[in-house]
Amino acid sequence: MHILVPLLGVGGLFLLGLLGAAAGMEWVFGILVPYAALALFLGGLIYRVIGWANIPVPFRIPTTCGQQKSLPWIKQQKLDNPSSTLGVVGRMALEVLFFRSLLRNTKAALVDGNKLAYGTDLSLWLGAMAMHWSLLIVLIRHLRFFTNPVPSFVTFIEQTDGFMEVGLPVIFATTIVFGVALAYLLYRRVAIPQVRYLSLASDYFALFLLLGIGTSGFWLRHLDKTNVAAVKELALGLTRFAPGVPDGISPLFYGHLFLVSVLLSYFPVSKLVHMPGVFLSPTRNLANNNRAVRHVNPWDYPVKVHSYEEYEDELRDKMKAAGIPVERQ
Amino acid sequence: MSKPDEPDYYKREDLLKLDWRPPNTPWMDTPVDMRPGSFIYPGKPKNLKVLELPNPREWAVTDDDWKLPEDWQQTVLEGMAERLKRYRTFRIFMDTCVRCGACADKCHFFIGSGDPKNMPVLRAELLRSIYRKDFTALGRVFGGLAGGRELTEDVIKEWFYYFFQCTECRRCSVFCPYGIDTAEITMIGRELLGLLGIYVNWVIEPVANCYKVGNHLGIQPHGLADTLEFMAGDIEEATGIKVDIPINKKGAEILFVTPSGDFVADPGIYTCMSYMLLFHELGIDYTWSTYASDGGNFGLFTSHETMKRLNAKIYAEAKRLGVKWILGGECGHMWRVIHQYMDTMNGPADFLEVPQSPVTGTVFENARSTKMTHLMEFTADLIRHGKLKLDPSRNDHIRVTFHDSCNPARAMGIFEEPRYVLRNVCNNFFEMPENTIREQTFCCGGGAGLGTDENMEMRLRGGLPRGNAVKYVQDKHGVNQLAAMCAIDRATLVTVCDYWAPGVKVTGISELVANAMIFEGEKERTHNLRLEPIPGMGDAEQGERSDD
Repeated sequence: MHILVPLLGVGGLFLLGLLGAAAGMEWVFGILVPYAALALFLGGLIYRVIGWANIPVPFRIPTTCGQQKSLPWIKQQKLDNPSSTLGVVGRMALEVLFFRSLLRNTKAALVDGNKLAYGTDLSLWLGAMAMHWSLLIVLIRHLRFFTNPVPSFVTFIEQTDGFMEVGLPVIFATTIVFGVALAYLLYRRVAIPQVRYLSLASDYFALFLLLGIGTSGFWLRHLDKTNVAAVKELALGLTRFAPGVPDGISPLFYGHLFLVSVLLSYFPVSKLVHMPGVFLSPTRNLANNNRAVRHVNPWDYPVKVHSYEEYEDELRDKMKAAGIPVERQ
Repeated sequence: MSKPDEPDYYKREDLLKLDWRPPNTPWMDTPVDMRPGSFIYPGKPKNLKVLELPNPREWAVTDDDWKLPEDWQQTVLEGMAERLKRYRTFRIFMDTCVRCGACADKCHFFIGSGDPKNMPVLRAELLRSIYRKDFTALGRVFGGLAGGRELTEDVIKEWFYYFFQCTECRRCSVFCPYGIDTAEITMIGRELLGLLGIYVNWVIEPVANCYKVGNHLGIQPHGLADTLEFMAGDIEEATGIKVDIPINKKGAEILFVTPSGDFVADPGIYTCMSYMLLFHELGIDYTWSTYASDGGNFGLFTSHETMKRLNAKIYAEAKRLGVKWILGGECGHMWRVIHQYMDTMNGPADFLEVPQSPVTGTVFENARSTKMTHLMEFTADLIRHGKLKLDPSRNDHIRVTFHDSCNPARAMGIFEEPRYVLRNVCNNFFEMPENTIREQTFCCGGGAGLGTDENMEMRLRGGLPRGNAVKYVQDKHGVNQLAAMCAIDRATLVTVCDYWAPGVKVTGISELVANAMIFEGEKERTHNLRLEPIPGMGDAEQGERSDD
């Protein structure tokens, strides 16, 4: 159920786009839906991030993963336990760009029936890095559909990405990396019993959606060899708010575009918001300078305490008998 | 016949049959197995009444009816809504988890029990499933398919079981790519349970004691004076030194605060005796407080509000006594509260001065707002400046390893200070494997208010990763003592080591310091602070032989 429903869902969505366009509704799937999806994506994301940002951070609770700043002769680990804003920026950069925390990943094993061992396990880190970085490069490559003239950095990335010079048109390295990485992430979700046990339908849905987008994109470029000029005309029209549906675009393209639209709309209401969320995570984005700089809780309120006066009133006789100084005799 | 609250009840080979494969039923359809030895008894009504907490009543975990208040669902959902608006952590941690599973085998309870709901991600899903159903659009529409579920009494029981099967050690949050901190989830989860009057007595009785009498153990002021005097007697017997016992002394320079576990429990008392010796030798003008006689704070394991209520005493007492600054002893969760919460909750401490060592003149700039310094920072500075006369060979019969306590490790990052001290007072110091120390340290299995015998099975299971690493250095290096700067460790790791690495004793760091210190006017040191003969010192060996 958890796997089948999202798989069928993604397949159905793809067909919906494809058949809809084939049935003459190109303007719906080529213009209306992408615009709506983009609006949902941007609006939803802004709503999400502003929503988070408006929630107070009552306490400063960074997870410290290295030596603190204390005495001058003890070397602080400034990136894993930052005490300054600069250190925090460094820590966040490592986290966002290189998935620092995943890089620590270990795998527990029982050896000889009575010894626990923890080996370094980089497979998830590798899979995640490969997927996210190749996705970023694929996205940058797609800028050539939305720009005229195409900026030089896009052309540069495209040429570098096509260094293998295999196929016509050239097969990009990131296409393969993206596909393999996604396939691995799907594989581990199904194959590792614990991960499979905790996975929800939405976890598979996100993977199938990305796989569907990647596969249909590959198909478009390498098998269908779709009319790229027409696609670019459509894309440019969208960016210039002068949309039009050119002739000669394969319905397959609308399937691809519809999945992208679904991804964009789904993004802000799903776990995919981890992308902006990581920047706001209080265990990572705060400096461990707790005892040096006071952190203020905006909703702090007075609480009922047992005052010293009450305490002494209750225990005065015993304190006096034990020779402990008291405030009032 | 031993009982489920005794370690002997459990066979090592049984506990070592680790099966990390999940059951065939989905977790939402797998009921909780409330077996004796795996849960803690409920809070007694008298303790709830002291603290004016809701719904005080007699009930048992194994009862069908937990006597929840009539509108309990609304209470929980409103409680969640309120906390989602107050804690960015809670909201972000509910929203961003991708269920990658990196945290799964990082939890000592999962490693030791194989129960999938002890995977930090599933522990959070216990709450997140309710959040989805009642607070997100997708959950409202798609329900179970989106990972949502109804809030039922069984959910409450499951929360109780698993939020009191988490020691808030934060090891998983080191590995989480989004820094999701299960301690935060568990703290909120326990707060929500608290709204219904669901507490465990092992936590709420100490809280009630601490609230009324000043410390978790309920030691009254005269009792504390007696305890310290008794220790002074033992100190004199071991060293020939007569120490002063300043109590509630107005105008002292330093208020000393330590966890109350150091007052009664073996081996914590030796650590406490060592504090007294250290301050005596240095001629430090300090005072104990009977009102603020616990730095430990089981409020941290109850609710943010309770934490604040208990912690308020420390600054209040510092102000009343007119001290300049505060020094804190060897404790784990106390230091999480001091370091990450105290100044925010009960500060600013603008009536105090920035801590400055009266011995070395060092100003502790890292504590310039809180005005509270860790004893290991203080001691490391003393040693660095050559202010302690040390003879580490007195500890030569000890082969020591160091257990990083969870909170000082992952909420402060105090790694080098204790190690520097240890290396200067012991000649034989050995580290446990690197994936089990520093920020990756494993919990004792009894933190966050779980250090009772009622849940012995879970303590032994949760203590397995730590105990196993101790066993490793015991086998490899002949380690016979484990040092820890945490009172809960000094209480719980005794059981864990006896079970998983028999022969390894537990000690505080200060105890090793005091045993290595050469005091002005000391008598010949033939016995350590435990009044055990020191091998190779004076007639101690002969004494031992004649005992045979």
